[in-house]
Amino acid sequence: MLSVENLHVSYGSIKALHGVSLKVPQGSIVTLIGANGAGKSTTLRGLSGLVKSTSGSILYDGHEISKLPPHKIVGRGLCQVPEGRMVFSNLTVYENLKMGAYLQRDRKWIAERTEYVFSLFPRLKERGNQSAGTLSGGEQQMLAIGRALLGRPKFLMLDEPSLGIAPLLVKTIFERIVEINREQGLTILLVEQNANLALDISSYAYVLETGKILIEGPSAQVKSDPQVQAAYLGA
Amino acid sequence: MNEIPQQLVNGLALGSVYALIAIGYTMVYGVLRFINFAHGDVFMLGSFTGFYLAPQIAKWFPLPSWGGWVAVMAATMIICAIIGIVIELLAYRPLRNRPKLTVLITAIGVSLLIQYTCQHQAFFGASQKAFPQLLPSGTFSLGGLSFNTTQFVVLGVTLVLLAALTFIVKKTRIGMAMRAVSHNSAAAALMGISNSFIISFTFGLGSALAGAGGILYGMTYTGIEPLMGVSVGLKAFVAAVLGGIGNLPGAALGGLVLGIVETYAGGMSGVSTYRDGIAFAILIIILIFKPTGLLGSKQIEKV
Repeated sequence: MLSVENLHVSYGSIKALHGVSLKVPQGSIVTLIGANGAGKSTTLRGLSGLVKSTSGSILYDGHEISKLPPHKIVGRGLCQVPEGRMVFSNLTVYENLKMGAYLQRDRKWIAERTEYVFSLFPRLKERGNQSAGTLSGGEQQMLAIGRALLGRPKFLMLDEPSLGIAPLLVKTIFERIVEINREQGLTILLVEQNANLALDISSYAYVLETGKILIEGPSAQVKSDPQVQAAYLGA
Repeated sequence: MNEIPQQLVNGLALGSVYALIAIGYTMVYGVLRFINFAHGDVFMLGSFTGFYLAPQIAKWFPLPSWGGWVAVMAATMIICAIIGIVIELLAYRPLRNRPKLTVLITAIGVSLLIQYTCQHQAFFGASQKAFPQLLPSGTFSLGGLSFNTTQFVVLGVTLVLLAALTFIVKKTRIGMAMRAVSHNSAAAALMGISNSFIISFTFGLGSALAGAGGILYGMTYTGIEPLMGVSVGLKAFVAAVLGGIGNLPGAALGGLVLGIVETYAGGMSGVSTYRDGIAFAILIIILIFKPTGLLGSKQIEKV
């Protein structure tokens, strides 16, 4: 469904990605792990069009999208839950979900999808009229995921959903990610620093280091790789 | 004693013009985080658009008349919206990912370019021109005092425009998108909002209000010239800061406060020559005690 070839991204004169290539098959969960500053978020920002790649190609659903502006990419169903959640803290939970559905015209679909999000995360319903800034980190993460689901994604990218969240909520959120993937058939690209968790729920994994893919393979295999164990799993 | 309510109306009329311009500064700051110093010149272009349009429109609507006035207002607002959008497109958009200082200097450049081009004989010329009369003049008395109709029209129009703006920003889809871009442009883009479109729309909306301000100013003060946008624009910018930059009701409030203070200071014997000085002194004092402005909220800069 998504195929990235030799992606290069620079911030001014600093090169952040030196030729990243990866594939995400339809219906799967693929994870991209790596240390801080390896270029994981940059990869996702590049895929969403928030940063422009200097070279390389991004094929999504058979179309080249690397030159499209971010809002066109979202319009094609490639949605992202950004790092640090980026909820609109001055808007309420409901309004945040409404923003997520910005490109959707079908009111009935929006209402049904909102109910689906509330069934995934009942806490959001309880706090519907509260401003998003007053939510806990975990609740904001739920809201960020719910908001992305209202963008009618076919392909969902999650950037460090476990970052700065209480362990109990991390477990809930990861269970929901798996549920969304199974029940909705949504293709997922998961970026994580918490390699253990990410490798457990994904089928294929890429390890990114200083802007390059270092190791790749089926998640179980990557998990038993001695290099990965030493560097990322603390074994 | 009759002076106090009369000066209040004068102050509110002047403040209305500041408020209409201040909103443009504050909205552009909201979505782009920079001060569009050419905004005061869009206000000036609004006055001149009205000046040149009035004789044309008089062919269909006799002027002064209410119908003709509405036509001049509407046409001027549309033309100014286009001017604002074009300025952004040509001067600021190519610098979108450059440091803010670059854009700020460019804005000053655009401002000077507009001012001095318009002073050239081929355009408006440097001398002052008399703004045509758009509305039948009249005075009416209220509580034993006589007031000028124009000033009430200025106030009324400003209130209507502010109400329309509030509706757009609070209730419409595009207004919601404006707020989202202003809050976090990257997150807004991830919702499928086109930042470029919203920025153009913001410039158009702000410039239309400045154009309306230009007409209202011309109706009240009658003399217009190509450099008029400098001092009025600067004061409107001060009003936006006074109210809390980025805050819409703050810009309106800041404009009205500045207009009233300036008018009273100008009316007091002994200090009238210091009217601008007094207005700015008040700004400094308010900002010392409330650095974010009257209605501004504390912003935490993320590292």
